[in-house]
Amino acid sequence: MKPTDINNPEYFHKVIDCQYACPSHTPVPEYIRMISQGKYDEAFKINWISNVFPGVLGRICDRPCEPACRRTRVEENPVAICRLKRVAADFKTPGTDFLPEVPSEKNGKKIALIGGGPASLTVARDLLPLGYTVDLYDNQAKAGGFIRTQVPSFRLPEKILNEEVERILNMGVNSHFNYQVDSLKKIVDLGYDAIFVGTGAPRGRDLPDLPGRMEGGEAIFIGIEWLAGVLYRHIIRSGPRVLVLGGGNTAMDCCRTAKRLDADEVTVVVRSPKAEMKASPWEIEDAEEEGIPIIDNHSPLEFVIRDGHLVGMHFQKMTTEVDASGRRRLVPTDQPPVFMPCDQVLLAVGQSNAFPFIEPELGIKMTERGLPELDQITHQSTVPHIFFGGDAAFGPKNVITAVAHGHQAAISIDLFCQGKDLHDRPGPAVNLVSQKMGMQDWIYDSRVSIDRRHAVPTVDRVKSLHDRLMEVELGFSKKTGHEEASRCLNCDVQTVFEFSTCIECDSCVDVCPESCINFIDNGDEEDLRERLLVPADNTRQALYVSPTLPTGRVMVKDENVCLHCGLCAERCPTSSWEMIQFTYKCASAGEK
Amino acid sequence: MSTDRPIFRHPQATKNSAGFSRKDYEGAISTLCAGCGHDSATNAIIQACFELAILPHRVVKMSGIGCSSKTPAYFLGRSHGFNSVHGRMPSIATGANMANRDLLYVGISGDGDTASIGMGQFAHALRRNLNLTYICMNNGCYGLTKGQDSATADRGSAGKKGVPNPYSAIDLCELAIELGASYVARGFSGDKQQLVPLIKGAFSHSGLAFIDVISPCVTFNNTSTSTKSYEYVREHIDSTNTFDFIPLQQEILAHYPEGTSQDVLMHDGSVLHLHKAESSKDVTSRRRAVDSLEEEKAKGRLLTGLLYVNQDIMETHDIINSTLRPLNTLKEADLCPGNAALKKIMEGLR
Repeated sequence: MKPTDINNPEYFHKVIDCQYACPSHTPVPEYIRMISQGKYDEAFKINWISNVFPGVLGRICDRPCEPACRRTRVEENPVAICRLKRVAADFKTPGTDFLPEVPSEKNGKKIALIGGGPASLTVARDLLPLGYTVDLYDNQAKAGGFIRTQVPSFRLPEKILNEEVERILNMGVNSHFNYQVDSLKKIVDLGYDAIFVGTGAPRGRDLPDLPGRMEGGEAIFIGIEWLAGVLYRHIIRSGPRVLVLGGGNTAMDCCRTAKRLDADEVTVVVRSPKAEMKASPWEIEDAEEEGIPIIDNHSPLEFVIRDGHLVGMHFQKMTTEVDASGRRRLVPTDQPPVFMPCDQVLLAVGQSNAFPFIEPELGIKMTERGLPELDQITHQSTVPHIFFGGDAAFGPKNVITAVAHGHQAAISIDLFCQGKDLHDRPGPAVNLVSQKMGMQDWIYDSRVSIDRRHAVPTVDRVKSLHDRLMEVELGFSKKTGHEEASRCLNCDVQTVFEFSTCIECDSCVDVCPESCINFIDNGDEEDLRERLLVPADNTRQALYVSPTLPTGRVMVKDENVCLHCGLCAERCPTSSWEMIQFTYKCASAGEK
Repeated sequence: MSTDRPIFRHPQATKNSAGFSRKDYEGAISTLCAGCGHDSATNAIIQACFELAILPHRVVKMSGIGCSSKTPAYFLGRSHGFNSVHGRMPSIATGANMANRDLLYVGISGDGDTASIGMGQFAHALRRNLNLTYICMNNGCYGLTKGQDSATADRGSAGKKGVPNPYSAIDLCELAIELGASYVARGFSGDKQQLVPLIKGAFSHSGLAFIDVISPCVTFNNTSTSTKSYEYVREHIDSTNTFDFIPLQQEILAHYPEGTSQDVLMHDGSVLHLHKAESSKDVTSRRRAVDSLEEEKAKGRLLTGLLYVNQDIMETHDIINSTLRPLNTLKEADLCPGNAALKKIMEGLR
């Protein structure tokens, strides 16, 4: 193999698994370090710069970082990254002195944001400090979009959401609430320099062709509409027996909300096997802990109506079949239909995009899937000054992805308004800081904690089931937060090898607890991976290869389970190994 | 500075046939200088024990005084150990060995502990052919007292202080062959591929197995003028042979051209399968072994590998015809011949 090019910022970025997996590339180890030092304000600020909604995301993020966490490859559970984000938000000092200055003199460019969700708010936050005039249009009374209307208060208290949304609005957004944009042309005609569409995926899927759907109309709801109805108190009670169809997070929110609206029995029915449910494992866990059964492998057949009222549903039992090509698919069994009695059905079987307000004559090309045709990187549509982001761009994803879209769209809009090439984008800001402090000591805390993942305390479940506004999770205390933060393996502190000073004494090989380091004859990657002290079979993790050493061998380090404990550097007599903190900050709008 | 190692080990790390992982053979974290050759020698011992699936509680590690003699703290944390007086490791090992011949004895010593203060003890352990693996971590200097030349420093070699050593060096391997050791080898801490099989061979050998491990002192004796630096050793190393250690009940799979390999059957049934550089060199011949060492020395080369092995020399227990059982298993019935036997003896003396 060729020597690894550590000057390529993506090499060490990939070693920081959590940051790499995060769509917004939040510097996770750095903010966790701040929390372990009690610097909650700094931790919050790092989050706020990168993901805009630390308090919200610290509760409801999809957490792509956690399954990526190195800790899962060393022991069972990842660091509770998401809950630590909440620790930063919970314990920061109130105040807004971290906000960037918004110039009172504007730069003359006007931007319209359609939809007030996380993507649009991110664009606003990124562009306001640069002097842009930002108009926001939303059909609701308050900003927040999906996270306001569909995420129930027992998961995300309104107060937290308001604080984070208002912080951005107060930076000087001209908001137009209760304003239904029914014609994008009208907005275009207002002469904006750029328009950002962040209208989400607002349409909940229905089951219109299922027998009984029409007759049972009064008792059958689209999940996301029902949740919004609950939020605005149009719906204050649920039926006594509720069936929730669907296996995503919306289904979990629906069933838990129904339980809090005095339903006697709530049952979730999923078409596929439970293991294939789309909902996050922790959401499923919470629903089950609240006594909600989840019945899998049942596909809806019909709504059963008696005397004009919904009395239950018929389901077909399903099973998984593996076909000749090895693909798994769901097929009906030959068992008779299963009847489940109910008074109310909530449909949470998916969401789709809808752009009824976009007139064809505007020239925004749409794909077959009903999504705008976009440049994957710049988010630019076929009309140069119209950009898309969030669920409206590439279909339903999650909040942190919407934030990442907002950042990218803001960069594009800024470049566009200056007449620059949208593909000539600012690169990440990277930095390397040596952690050496004396002979064998490090600035970072190199000890590897053996604590298992700490559980988040919750309020009394019985109490919380009577109050849909009571937040279930209490969050970590400062003490538990510190202990959980100590579990972080400091993946941003890199083991950097300088081959020219190495005397090949083997000290690093001998001391490495994970047998990551090897001095062997070079070969191609597949060959090297097999010949290491412990074969490197996780091909998603890189091998760090040095130039050829005096004995003709090369140093090969498998990054897979390195604990970043610094022992290799401590035992190195020539400081050929060094522990160096690598910071990777994504570019934001306005940077060179 | 870290005072312990993280408890986590590679999730794909394997276990040996005794059900132990490599971690079970480790000890405390080393407090020697970073880069010390002794740490590599220590790890070679750990590796050899792991590969041979040795039961940790059946091992006794003995040492004297010096940097090398600290290392038993860094391996086999679950074994027995005795850190004795300077140069007196052989007599402690002899005593323990006499009391219980069933255990595996590993003696760790250094060039000061062996070739200076402990020379007398060393010589007698050799000539008795005590059943002991004697590993000398040889760095040619007294590292613990700031790097003075030791008795194994080559004439003309200069360490960090820069003054060439005026005295002649003791070649511990030649001495060991001369004085009756039955397994003599030389390794280099920087070459575990060679060192680990040498240690495994020594463990299965019955009698005194002496391994001289050239183990550079990074702090005081790793200069370009020293003959015991990493660089010098790498440039001047020559090997008698490479070999596979084939434990008992394992088939010999490797094949080599006629005349270049030699099998040595060990007492426990294991086989040392040697691939020799020169077919004329016979490791079971004492004279050839000393000749080879001298020839290479004359060329300015350092000969490593298995230098000499002789399975026919009896170990101490066999020489003195002592009991086959450990003393702690002997009961009164074994030790006291009984009234009838005593009376018979008394009768014979009347």
